[in-house]
Amino acid sequence: MSFIDKYLPWRQMKALGILGMNKRNGDYISAYNHRSHYPLVDDKLQTKHLAVAAGVAVPKLYAIVEVEKQIADVFEKLQPYNDFVIKPSHGSGGEGILVIIGRSQNGYRKSSGQIISEQEFEHHISNILSGMYSLGGLPDTALIEQRVEFDPVFADVSYQGVPDIRTIIFRGVPVMAMIRLPTRMSDGKANLHQGAIGVGIDLKTGKTFSGVWNEELVSQHPDTGASIVDLKIPNWEQILYLTAQCYDLVGLGYIGVDIVLDHNHGPLMLEMNARPGLSIQIANRCGLLTRLEKIKAIKDIPVSIADRIALAKTL
Amino acid sequence: MKNLHVKLLALALFLFASGLIFYKNTTLGLPLFPSDDIEVWSVEARLAFSANKGPIKAQLTLPTLPPGYVIFDENYVSGRYGLAFETVNNNRVAEWAVRRAKGEQVLYYHLQLGRDANKAFSENEIAKPEKTKIKVEVPNVPEYSEDIATAITAILGEVREKSADVKTFTRELLNRFNEKVPDANIQLLLSNIDTSKERVELIRAVLAGARIPSRTVNVLLLREGARHSKLTPWLQVHNEDEWLSFNPDNSKSKLPANAVIWQTGEQALFNVDGARNSTLDFSISRHTQEPIRLAEQRARKMDSRAMEFSLFSLPIQTQNVYRILLMVPLGALLIVVLRNIIGIKTFGTFMPILIALAFRETDLVWGITLFTLIVALGLAIRFYLEYLQLLLVPRLSAVLIIVIILMTMVTVLSHKLGFDHGLSVALFPMVILAMTIERMSLIWEEHGPSEALQQGLGSLAVATLGFLVMSSDTMNHMIFVFPEILLIILAVTLLLGRYTGYRLTELWRFRATLNKDSH
Repeated sequence: MSFIDKYLPWRQMKALGILGMNKRNGDYISAYNHRSHYPLVDDKLQTKHLAVAAGVAVPKLYAIVEVEKQIADVFEKLQPYNDFVIKPSHGSGGEGILVIIGRSQNGYRKSSGQIISEQEFEHHISNILSGMYSLGGLPDTALIEQRVEFDPVFADVSYQGVPDIRTIIFRGVPVMAMIRLPTRMSDGKANLHQGAIGVGIDLKTGKTFSGVWNEELVSQHPDTGASIVDLKIPNWEQILYLTAQCYDLVGLGYIGVDIVLDHNHGPLMLEMNARPGLSIQIANRCGLLTRLEKIKAIKDIPVSIADRIALAKTL
Repeated sequence: MKNLHVKLLALALFLFASGLIFYKNTTLGLPLFPSDDIEVWSVEARLAFSANKGPIKAQLTLPTLPPGYVIFDENYVSGRYGLAFETVNNNRVAEWAVRRAKGEQVLYYHLQLGRDANKAFSENEIAKPEKTKIKVEVPNVPEYSEDIATAITAILGEVREKSADVKTFTRELLNRFNEKVPDANIQLLLSNIDTSKERVELIRAVLAGARIPSRTVNVLLLREGARHSKLTPWLQVHNEDEWLSFNPDNSKSKLPANAVIWQTGEQALFNVDGARNSTLDFSISRHTQEPIRLAEQRARKMDSRAMEFSLFSLPIQTQNVYRILLMVPLGALLIVVLRNIIGIKTFGTFMPILIALAFRETDLVWGITLFTLIVALGLAIRFYLEYLQLLLVPRLSAVLIIVIILMTMVTVLSHKLGFDHGLSVALFPMVILAMTIERMSLIWEEHGPSEALQQGLGSLAVATLGFLVMSSDTMNHMIFVFPEILLIILAVTLLLGRYTGYRLTELWRFRATLNKDSH
């Protein structure tokens, strides 16, 4: 870096290969993501059907609510289950997701321990149906699916909620990954700007290195005090394989894949995102651009998933 | 090259628009910047006569291109008369004709004119008569009658002695005519002169004796409120370069700034066949007008295709609507810059622009106050509605109804308290307000109050900036007079659409990554 570059933050950012919002939208999303494929990832129901058909592991679907009338039937369908998750099919940014961890006399217990009545439960579903959480406010579908019981590996480093692993896949090659750990501040949610911790993962080894919380570098979980550095993500190879598989599923060139580790079922693909955020760069303290450009320069990306993962590890 | 297509398109748009602007500015004279109102003189020439019960033909010489002045508009009140125009000795002549007329007749010619802004930079320039490269015929020495010939020869001799060129010769001669007690020779010449016109003719005859080309010009002096004003004859002499004007009554050699040359040459100013007692007089009044209207009228006279599609051809009411509407693209461009280059977050993409449009009517401070008041009250009620667990569309409708109730209350209350500004709250886009309240409450619940307030303040700041840009008189004038500026705005927007550099706020967002180096 030259002398002048040191004092020009944008030159510094460029030298670090940081991807900005405009470049992401203009040069990657609009160039590699065909709009006709968007519904495949925007509609979680479609994603789930695709995944099931292709043999990609996903949380089990318990019930679908498409119209207000079906809400009454839901209680019956949910009878066999004690815990489940309700989410809007077109939700974004984790909005509208209700996690029920058990039943009580007066209703359901949320992940935070709060009890909600059946009436509130119904209201939440009808809010989803009316499009409160969907992009553009269009009427939506509510999905009720298996609640992920996260792997105890992460018990020490998350405060309520489920930690998930976000991987950016470019042309079928995983280019960067992080694990998002919920905190008290994020209210159990795994969104970085809501206060979750982002911890970069080394693609080669599947080990975490120091994380970022509220744009500050941290090496311990602020609520539990446990170290978040050098954690070995279990089943890392399987996770990488799963993410690369997702590319074949939807045919979008630039996606983010969210994976959770279930205690019983192993890695499950939770959702995909055609406009994955840029915070992953902060968690990894490394720019995406350098890696993306390397992949961009390769004329023929290998077809086999194993080769693509091998390529990812050279980045 | 990267983005070649977009760049070429933007370039083409830019070149086309700037070419049109250049043409309209230079050729049609439409001003680029708004200027203060300018003076416009309204002149009414009134030609009155008594008809002789027969056919009538009335001729009036009209001003052609008075030096230093621009004719903005002219029209004729002709009654039953047929009107035709012809050119006589480089003068335009209006000719009214009627088969039969009886009694007192009046014909009017209205003229609107003003200083030529493009040429009238110095008083000198105005006073300078038009330059004629045409060779002016040098008159022969006239055959003076016996009794005055010696007097003229004597005068010419004395004057020639005390002068060097045509200009000084003429002035010296006029000085002699204008002395309080002229010498005997002059008195002899003036002995049977009655009108100032005859006086000028006499002076011209004397000048002819020295072979100096001369002519009479009829000058209208613009004086506010003048009634029954007449034209004043002035003398012009040619010095082989240009015509020099002289006031025959005081030897001054400059036309005053308020003088309009109405007619030059020999032929009669007006002539009415078949009538008696014909008189011509002038009424003059002065008023001010927007310069752009004048420029536009003048451009229209030039018969340009570009003016046929001008916004000025619309009815005034529609014009006023477009005055506001055409500012919206500017606001849209501002949004692009603020969001994609700076990275400010706002509620909804164009919501701040609609709020800014409302600010145009309410004034900035009142606008911000009323907006904040309504949104704050609306938010409070919206939080209560949350408790009722309403469905989305009924809840949105409820918020909209509440917004309108709040607006009504604010208006009535502020009227009672005597704040008239409160009345303009009705101009706020209520649906936008309702959506703002709804979205703000969602963000408040989901991302916390600080995020909601941050976006709320961001929107307000963008609206304020938008207001400042969109209410600029200069921008308003430029876009309305040169709507092709919209193509330039479009070109810039297209170019920004391919801007893939960092946003300013990203420098802050990724600062943790930057710090890695210094650690």
